Parts: sequence; C-alpha cells; structure tokens
Amino acid sequence: MSKKRTGVFVCHCGTNIAATVDVAKVAREMAAENTVAFTQEYVYMCSEPGQESVVQAIKDNKLDSIVVTCCSPNLHEKTFRDNAQRAGINNFTCEIANIREQCSWVHADKAKGTEKAIKISRSVVRRVNRNQPMDAIAVSVTRRAMVIGGGIAGIQAALDIANAGIEVILVEKQATIGGRMLQLSETFPTLDCSQCVLSPKMVEVKRHPKVKLMTYSEVQEVSGSVGNFRVKVHKRSTFVDPDKCKICDHCTEVCPVVVPNEYELGLTARRAIYIPYAQAIPASFTLDEDACLGLNPIRCGKCKDVCEAGAIDYDMRPQTVTEDVGAIVVATGFDLYGPENMPELGGGRVEDVLDGLQFERLISASGATKGHILRPSDHKEPKEVVFIQCAGSRDPAKHCAYCSKICCMYTAKHARLYKKHVPDGRAYVFYIDIRSGGKGYEEFVQRTMEDDDTLYLRGRVSKLYRKDGKVRVHGTDTLTGQNVEIDADMVVLALAMTPSKGTAEIAKTLKIGRDKDGFLAEAHPKLRPVESVTGGIYLAGAAQAPKDIPETVAQAGAAASKVIALLSQATLSRSPLIAKVRPSHCTGCGMCVEACPFFAIRLENGKAIVNEALCEGCGSCSATCLRAAIDVKNVTQMQIHEMIEACLA
Amino acid sequence: MSEQQDYEPRVVAFLCKWCSSAGSDLAGVSRIQYPANATPITVPCTGAISPMYILSAFNKGADGVLVSGCHIGDCHYLEGNYLARRKMYLIMKLLEFIGVEQNRFRMSWVSAAEGAKFAQVITDFVGDLQQLGPQDKLKRAENK
Repeated sequence: MSKKRTGVFVCHCGTNIAATVDVAKVAREMAAENTVAFTQEYVYMCSEPGQESVVQAIKDNKLDSIVVTCCSPNLHEKTFRDNAQRAGINNFTCEIANIREQCSWVHADKAKGTEKAIKISRSVVRRVNRNQPMDAIAVSVTRRAMVIGGGIAGIQAALDIANAGIEVILVEKQATIGGRMLQLSETFPTLDCSQCVLSPKMVEVKRHPKVKLMTYSEVQEVSGSVGNFRVKVHKRSTFVDPDKCKICDHCTEVCPVVVPNEYELGLTARRAIYIPYAQAIPASFTLDEDACLGLNPIRCGKCKDVCEAGAIDYDMRPQTVTEDVGAIVVATGFDLYGPENMPELGGGRVEDVLDGLQFERLISASGATKGHILRPSDHKEPKEVVFIQCAGSRDPAKHCAYCSKICCMYTAKHARLYKKHVPDGRAYVFYIDIRSGGKGYEEFVQRTMEDDDTLYLRGRVSKLYRKDGKVRVHGTDTLTGQNVEIDADMVVLALAMTPSKGTAEIAKTLKIGRDKDGFLAEAHPKLRPVESVTGGIYLAGAAQAPKDIPETVAQAGAAASKVIALLSQATLSRSPLIAKVRPSHCTGCGMCVEACPFFAIRLENGKAIVNEALCEGCGSCSATCLRAAIDVKNVTQMQIHEMIEACLA
Repeated sequence: MSEQQDYEPRVVAFLCKWCSSAGSDLAGVSRIQYPANATPITVPCTGAISPMYILSAFNKGADGVLVSGCHIGDCHYLEGNYLARRKMYLIMKLLEFIGVEQNRFRMSWVSAAEGAKFAQVITDFVGDLQQLGPQDKLKRAENK
C-alpha cells in the first residue's frame, strides 16, 4: 500500500475556536503526523473561500483523505464530504474532528484546550488512515407519509402533503380531529372565530382522496428508517360504525352514565356514548368503553335499542393496522401545566379559578353557557375578573423556566372578550412583562389596556383563596411598590404550555430526542428547526416548543415541504457504514448473531453473513467478537485502538 | 498515592453518537465549562464498545475511562445500551478483581438534552480521579 496522503484543515471559526485553542499549534502538530501531507488553517473553513481552498488543496497536493478540525460533525460533516467528492476523492475518506463544541467552547484555559484539541485531531487523523472509500447504498422510497396528531399542525401538514399528490395517513388519539384549536373561541389578534377557520379544514381532511384518517388511534411501534418506516397503529374500538351513524343524538338521551366532558374541560358532563363536538370529524358518536356500564345488552343496552340506524356494535374489537410510510410528521401538541403543582394559586382546588382553556370554553358560542360568561360556582356573571399571566412559566425555581409565548396575547384577548360580554365588568391582569412580538400583536395589547380599560398590574400573585363567596387575590404591583388585594368573582390562570401527555412515549417509540423541558428536539435550533435528529421524521406545532397558530401553521407547512422533497426522490442513499465480516477470521461462534438487535446476521457454512438491508451499523456485533472478525466499516476495532493511543499520547 | 496539585488525570471518554456526543455538543453550545482532561471518542453506540477498548485505554496509560450513552430504553439501536451495561458490569468486576480502583471506570447515561449533566459527569469523574492519582496497575511498561 502506498503511503497515505492526508490533509488537515484547521478552522478558527472566527474566534470561536481560535480564542481558546492555539490553532497554529494544532496545525503544526498535525503536520508532524506520519501520514499528513498537507495542513492549512483558515478563519472560516465553511465559507465559500474556505471550501474552495479545501477542494484546491486536495487537487494540488494529491490528497487521498482529509480531516477538518472544526465544529460538530452534525453541522458540517456533509459540507466537507461534498467538497471531498467535488475534488475527486471519496466522501467517506473525510472525517471531522470536533474541537469547538467538545473543546474550545467548554475550556477557557488555552494551554489545556490546545492540548485536548491536538489529541482530538490526532485521533481523527489516525482514524482516517484506515478509512475505506465506499459508496452510499441506494434504497427505494415508500411514497406515503404519516402525520401523528390531528390538531391544526397535523391537519395543515397532512393537507399540504396530500395536495402534492402524496398519500398521507393522519393518526389522531382523540375521537375527533381538531385538537386544541377546536376548543378556542376567538383567536388573536383578529378575533375571528377559531372553529370557523378550522372546521372547513377538518372537512377537507375528511374528503381529501389522498388522506386516510385514523381517529381514536395511537402509534404503537415504529421500525425501519428514512424512506421506509413500518408503523403499527392501534385503533381503539368506538363501538359505533361511523358510516351508519346519523348523529341523531337518540343514544345520548337514554344513556344513564354521566362523566366529565373532556372537550369542555370538565365544565360540563357528557354521557358514556357521546360526540365530542357537534361538527366532529369523523361525524360519528363514540362509546367510551371505560365509562359504559359493560358493553353488554343484559346490563344496559339502551343505546343499541334506540339506534335506528343500527350503528352500534358492542362486538367491535380494537385493531392493529400496519402501515408502510416513507416519512413521518410528529404534531402531538401541548397540554397545560397542572394547576395542582401550584398551591400558591389554589392548586386547582379553589372554585371559580379557571385555566385559560376553560375560559375559552366559557366564552365560546359552542360552549356550555352558549358564550355567556357565568362563573361555575353559582352561575352569576362575574363583575371582577383577575387574569394571572406566567402561571407556571418563567419560574425556574419552582415551575417551568421557559416563557410559554402565547399567554400575553391570549390573556389580552380574554380581557377584551370579557369586556365585550360584560361591559360593566372590571378586568385585572397580573403580568411580569408583556411579550407581544408579532404582526399586529402589540397594537392589540395596547387596545386592551386603553380602549377596554383593563388594569394591568406588573407583579406576581403570592396567594389566592376563597373568602365570602369570592376569590381573594394577594398580589403585588411592583411599579407602585404596593401590595394589592382584590376580591375577585373569578380568576383565570394563564398556565404554562407543556408537551402533551404521551410526548415522552411517542418520542421513545420514534427514537427522537426531547429537550430539557420535554418538548421534541429539533435537529438544529436555527438551520433545521422542523427536522428531528432521526432522518425522515419531522416536527410541527407546539410539541416542539410553545407557539401560536400562525407559527404552527408555518412550521407544519415547512415540515410538509420537507416530506414532499424527501418523497419526491426516486431513491435515497443510506449510510454504507455497516458491518462487514472477515471470513478468514470468523470461527462461526455465533455471538454476533445473538448480539444483533436487528436480526441482520446469520450463520452460513460456519461463517457469519451480514444482511446489508437490515444492518444499521450499530456495532454491537463487533464488540462481542473475540477475534475481531466482524467490524463496522470505517469504525473498525483497529481504528478505535489507534484512536485510544492518540488520545493518550 | 500521589495527590499533587498539578496532577492532571488522563481520561478517555467513549461517547455514543446519538445521545452523549450530542449531549456534549449541547454543553458546548451552552458554554458550560468543565475540565479538559477527557478526550472524547465518538462511537455509533455504547453497544459497540468492546471490553478490549477499556483495557486498551488503561494499558496505554489512561487514568480513567468513561463510557456514556443513551438512557436505558432510549437507545437509537433499540438495545445497544443494554448490551453495553452487561459488558461494562463485567469489566467493573474484572477491574476490581485485578486491583484497579472502582472509581477509575465510570458509566453514565447522558441524553442529547443533558448538556449540563454531561459537564457534571466529567467534572465529578476528573475530581474523583484527582484523588486517586496516576494509574499504573494496567499501564504497559514502556508507558510508565
């Protein structure tokens, strides 16, 4: 084998690396390596001139492999591998040494940082010595997509994908699509009716020939990878045939079971057989298995008796459906932070203290009170209402550290709508700061303050409790420096937004990450905001971070366009870094066969054989092989041993 | 045991690509400072870490070895970290048997969202190693 000719390119990243790592010294040390034929340092290696110089250097110096010591490979591995290819060498002979995230940004001591940067760079130079050129594996693409979550984010993403002619399966956990937006009354800053905006889209989903709707269903298992996922969906039984149901409502009239209505957030009750919302999609009743007396005509059977359409079937069973899709959009939405976590704000046990969503139901024309604001305890019109912002948000000591972003706006909206319904009423808002960034948002808040005469008090509420038929609120006004006591008829908490219940499970099922607050993690906070770290899985809506409706719709559209771009390709390239057996060393012991989580290895004639279509390249096999007969390409045992040596030199 | 102030332990940190390496990236993005003693080697999965790597690192002069991967149940390759946990437990027992202090080898589960935890793991580990002083039980003669 002729001698390796490696080029090492050391990036300053402005001063991001150069301030705490002596880049010239790194370059000098690398030049001393036996296999390094060329070194260069540059202020921004990823810039156009930087990339050009890499290409030129490969050509001029007849380099056969390169190491770029710069930021995390998550950012620019692809950039420099493309450049390697452009210069005529194989892209898998390019490796990244991460001396920014793993070094310069975390070590202020320049001497120690430089020493570590040299070790990292040297270990990658040693690794690349044994890298083999190879080509990506082409795999076919399943031209179908799945959207998980049928709120506004999921609806928008599904419609955008379907309108591009790609079949899409929309999976929703609840009995109807619509999500949180369906529960809102009016939306800021235009005060147009939420359901009037959403309902037509829901109908479009139902009618679209390219959309397959699966409600009352949950994703159970996901296997495969980008371009070819296999998803198992568990469809719960509704016990009502949606094709036969005429939504005549006779069944609810006879059902003897009364349970709290989730759609109305417990403000009203529903029967065991119910329709969540009059314009629900699919337009059908659902029989709540947990609440029903027993799905047995001997015990009750009243609903079945009155159903003239014959839609009710007690023998309906849950189904597990397997769907093959090429891409997945996760739009599982948000829940509100539990008021039980906040004893200072009543802990969810003080009457007439509502959360923002309950207030939405109260003012909604489709709500239990037909849009009249009546407080739950005595059904009287509240004349003094206190709105408390940042209930659970921006409180790193006790609750959520982050800002929930939409509460300033919807509280202003609530105050306005309240004044519209109760013109002689008085609204107070406790706030920390008003964050009203957005088109027309600041003007909206100003109007609430000025035109609607809402009293904004800058400060927090320390406690509230029930007293003489009212809710006494103790707060402070930090602008006047005085404590405030208000005897309110009703209190509305702008509770923090949290990832919806089940986000942790779905993230685990899909193998996508979550951030420190439990929201789904994007691949890069700026450049890849709608992608998860796992290829082919995209994010939309409040499952990724708190956001309002326009942002959610924009993100859903962006995720859809990523899906369309992905599924428009005839084939996808898959990483060729998979396991490879050296038959001469293999004794056929079968340890690797047992270690493989993907059942990709089998024994044939006493030797291990890797199924290249199944292997994911995790390397579990190589770690068990006593004779180093099986290795992941370009991450071989030999390479790791040499890297270890370089780290300790 | 030497406990000089200027003693700097040499650590090899095996990080899985999907969780702990991403977690270390987050520590970087968040600019959380930690000691520079640990040199990272990113592998696809903790399941790919052969026990030989650990012994090889001690043999080549490491004072401590860290293995860090996805939380149990969160492995990108389904069960790689379970395999790792079993192997690493045996390695711990083996090291104990041959008289290498338990604190020289550590396993941790750091997710991509846990930048602060990653920094803390390294800080704690290096602190413990400083107490122990240099490792020479498994060090090859020419490295002594």
